[in-house]
Amino acid sequence: MKFLAYLVSGISLGSIYAIIALGYTMVYGIAKMLNFAHGDVIMIGGYVSFLAAKNLGVPPLVSVLIAMAVCTVLGIVIEALAYRPLRSAPSLAVLITAIGVSYLLQNSALLIWGANPKAYTPVVSGTLQLFDGQLSISYISLLTVACCIVIMVALTLFTGRTKMGKAMRACSEDKGAAQLMGINVNRTISLTFAIGSALAAIAGALLCSFSPALMPTTGSMPGIKAFTAAVFGGIGSIPGAFLGGILLGVIEALARAYISTQLSNSIVFAVLIIVLLVRPAGLLGKYTQEKV
Amino acid sequence: MKKLSKGARSDLITYAAVILAFIVVSVLKSNGSLNRSQSGLLVPICCYIVMAVSLNLTVGILGDLSLGHAGFMSVGAFTGVITAMSLMNVIPSVWLRLTLAMIVGAFFAAVIGFLIGIPVLRLTGDYLAIVTLAFGEIIKELITCLLVGVDSEGLHIIFNVSGSKTANDLKLLEGGRVIIKGAQGATGTKTIASFTAGFILVMIALVIVQNLIRSRQGRAIMAVRDNRIAAESVGINVTRYKMMAFVTSAALAGAAGALFGLNYSNLAATKFDFNTSILVLVFVVLGGLGNIWGSIIATVVLYILPEALRGFANYRMLIYAIVLIVVMLATNNPVLKTYREELRAKFSRKDKKEAADT
Amino acid sequence: MKKALVLILALTMVFALAAPSAFADGAFKLGSSGPLTGGAAIYGISVMNGIQIAVDEINAMDDGFQFEFMSQDDEADSGDKAINAYNTLMDWGMQVMAGTVTSGSGITVAAQAFDERLFMLTPSGSSVDLIADKDNAFQVCFTDPNQGVASADYFAANFPGAKVAVIYRNDDAYSQGIRDTFVTEAAAKGVEVVYEGTFTDSTSTDFNVQLTAAQGAGADLIFLPIYYTPASVILQQANAMGYAPKFFGVDGMDGILTVEGFDTKLAEGVFLLTPFSADAEDARTQAFVAEYQSRFGEIPNQFAADGYDAAYILKAALQAAGCTPDMSADAICEALIEVMPTISVDGVTGSGMTWSASGEVSKAPMAVVIKDGVYVTPEF
Repeated sequence: MKFLAYLVSGISLGSIYAIIALGYTMVYGIAKMLNFAHGDVIMIGGYVSFLAAKNLGVPPLVSVLIAMAVCTVLGIVIEALAYRPLRSAPSLAVLITAIGVSYLLQNSALLIWGANPKAYTPVVSGTLQLFDGQLSISYISLLTVACCIVIMVALTLFTGRTKMGKAMRACSEDKGAAQLMGINVNRTISLTFAIGSALAAIAGALLCSFSPALMPTTGSMPGIKAFTAAVFGGIGSIPGAFLGGILLGVIEALARAYISTQLSNSIVFAVLIIVLLVRPAGLLGKYTQEKV
Repeated sequence: MKKLSKGARSDLITYAAVILAFIVVSVLKSNGSLNRSQSGLLVPICCYIVMAVSLNLTVGILGDLSLGHAGFMSVGAFTGVITAMSLMNVIPSVWLRLTLAMIVGAFFAAVIGFLIGIPVLRLTGDYLAIVTLAFGEIIKELITCLLVGVDSEGLHIIFNVSGSKTANDLKLLEGGRVIIKGAQGATGTKTIASFTAGFILVMIALVIVQNLIRSRQGRAIMAVRDNRIAAESVGINVTRYKMMAFVTSAALAGAAGALFGLNYSNLAATKFDFNTSILVLVFVVLGGLGNIWGSIIATVVLYILPEALRGFANYRMLIYAIVLIVVMLATNNPVLKTYREELRAKFSRKDKKEAADT
Repeated sequence: MKKALVLILALTMVFALAAPSAFADGAFKLGSSGPLTGGAAIYGISVMNGIQIAVDEINAMDDGFQFEFMSQDDEADSGDKAINAYNTLMDWGMQVMAGTVTSGSGITVAAQAFDERLFMLTPSGSSVDLIADKDNAFQVCFTDPNQGVASADYFAANFPGAKVAVIYRNDDAYSQGIRDTFVTEAAAKGVEVVYEGTFTDSTSTDFNVQLTAAQGAGADLIFLPIYYTPASVILQQANAMGYAPKFFGVDGMDGILTVEGFDTKLAEGVFLLTPFSADAEDARTQAFVAEYQSRFGEIPNQFAADGYDAAYILKAALQAAGCTPDMSADAICEALIEVMPTISVDGVTGSGMTWSASGEVSKAPMAVVIKDGVYVTPEF
């Protein structure tokens, strides 16, 4: 029973990683850049929904919608101001700019909202008791897992079936060719950032419901973990990000329960290294042999 | 032939500039023109220059993005501190101990670099980046579990995985001292690092890296970066050259770490986290990939910048972030680039003439 | 090269813009460093706010005693940032230091201050290594072992037969330090520790595993020698899984009720050992809390109180030693070392605080329990 409890906590942690990783992977797949500021957009999303719920008194769902709107705008603005001018620059230059944006968001949050943590009120509360109370699953965990699956399916359908989604995939394959086919590359990338940032807002609300201490640095470590998860599953692959996130959470929880709480992070990373040695492009990533 | 001599010339200019900078700063320091905070920055700047130059070898010359460079610095720092502290009674000479510490730090970092290099260098791109990040984090967590002490019987080392051991479990004899205390890191270190040592380390790093770049091996490494398949097909042993660059880079980072560790009486393993790796990467990218001279300038400027911004109190890091973004945009934006080149052509006839010639 | 030029240009602009610091005559230059940015910023900012209030109050008094105060950011780093902040303060002409905020940077700075003979009184740096073998370093807060021992004593006296689980942060010297002495003392006093779980800064979002394991081990009392930010997460997650043991914290737990949006019902029945209580009845504390709230819009935590006391302690010591603002830092240091063991100061974190020559403070730790969102004295 204890094992089940550990598994449940691993899956709920993992699905938060997965939602963040989906945002990472979307942006990476299309814009081919590591958006290091993604974790900080999550933090902003958390603050916005916290303040909306507290100051405007709106219900949790509405506060999350407000956060999604704010983050979407933020994502588009960041992309237009910081990343678009560097479209043709080397990828490392964009990476450093993203790090700069990450510092900027963190320090702005520190100045605006202060360093004192805010206790986020979970969007849902309560616990589901199973097996005569031997196993308890909080509703927030169930909600997170459900959100995660819905988002993954929706994104898969969107990129696979819709015109905009196909445009995104075309951009991801070859920007130049896509442009020649009449696809507005800039608009497509903007849209990708909009979607990624909206997802970040949802992730922010769920992350803070799960772990309710909201601080300017809240997003950075989950951001790095989710990046790891995205690579683990094969970066650029939507089901890969989902699988990577869940597995990462489960491995972390089980390592903490059965091996060492001290070294749980190390164990997660060690597993990641081993997986990448066997499958150099991640679990579900496409490994393309370079042709001459 | 002309190109080679040009390369050698720019190397010499780099050496000369660094030596000149050292002389100028030393003179300023000795006649009291530098205030405390300025002279306090000298040793860490030297360490970070070596870090940036060595990371440039991996990222710029070898072309592999490493996000775990601080891990090697950490290995060097802690092995270096252990060496210097445990030999304190045996070797009275500060210089000898410092040199030994840096050599030991470099050696252990190189060994770890080699071990990590075996899996890491089989990967490419972002996968390689994430694995180096993973190793950096693993090194950090392992060192947090380390308890080391020394007494007349020698070194006592406990690896505190369960978390239940304390420094008392080292069972040191009378007169023994604890060198590394788990979460607290290296504590009670006698600081023996100096600016002169830092300068010598920078020179050594420059000589090693610049000579490597200009050598046959260096050209092989750059060939691997530019086109791995082509390099392989002309008989270059890709793994060997990749490993050579990676291990050299790790060793230099280890030496820098040892110097850094011996400059502060207390140093926690959490200092060498992902953010420190990113910091050094920022130096390298801003200085220009493969541009050793650029790495040095970028390190100096970007390390001083947050200190210079102290006058802004709370807005310090915010301004730092904005400067970082603006500099990246200004130096990489194609529109601005063209504009700048036009501007230069307008102002400099010589450039214009040259442009017309070619 | 172009990049280098742009960079240098940016740097010069920054230098040109940076404002020179104000200069006042006849005031002691009081400096402090602590994390003002980054993940530990809350502690540094609280201490600085506390010191600032005390300094303003002291300067407003009509007794001719003046402080000039400067704070610097050390990002809670034990290496270069700590020394850079310290050097900046020394360039400014710091004569006494009310720092540092965190233990890690404190140990680094104390070693240098010892060599240079600068007096330092750390508001919240609680490690023993900070004051060990340094005659110039004193503390306002309890040392870590002190708290570990006091907690173990309290458990043995008040919770006989309790099964204790400890959850602590093993990459933090403060948390590890308290845990080490607590576990040793607990074993000696017959307090049963059934489970120990750790976390690090990077795994401080999820405690479900540790809580499940503690529950499985039958723990009915969880000892949390950690700061209140992760503690608030633990309380929330324990509540979400329906696990309700007694929780017991130390001074780092103080502040949990000030977290904006925190459901104080979650902290109902939490014990903590703290020298400061914002609900205390005495006029001094109430005046401090009111002033802090009106200036910063928050209820002060123990860090702010430590900072507030540090300034008053330094004033008392400087006056007792007969120091004047024109004295050099090392002369002040020697004079203060002489008087510190002889003075007794009343502050918001304890009345009749005295110091041993080694730098340790002696004041009574107070066990409180949270009831209806306020601290009350526990009854058994």
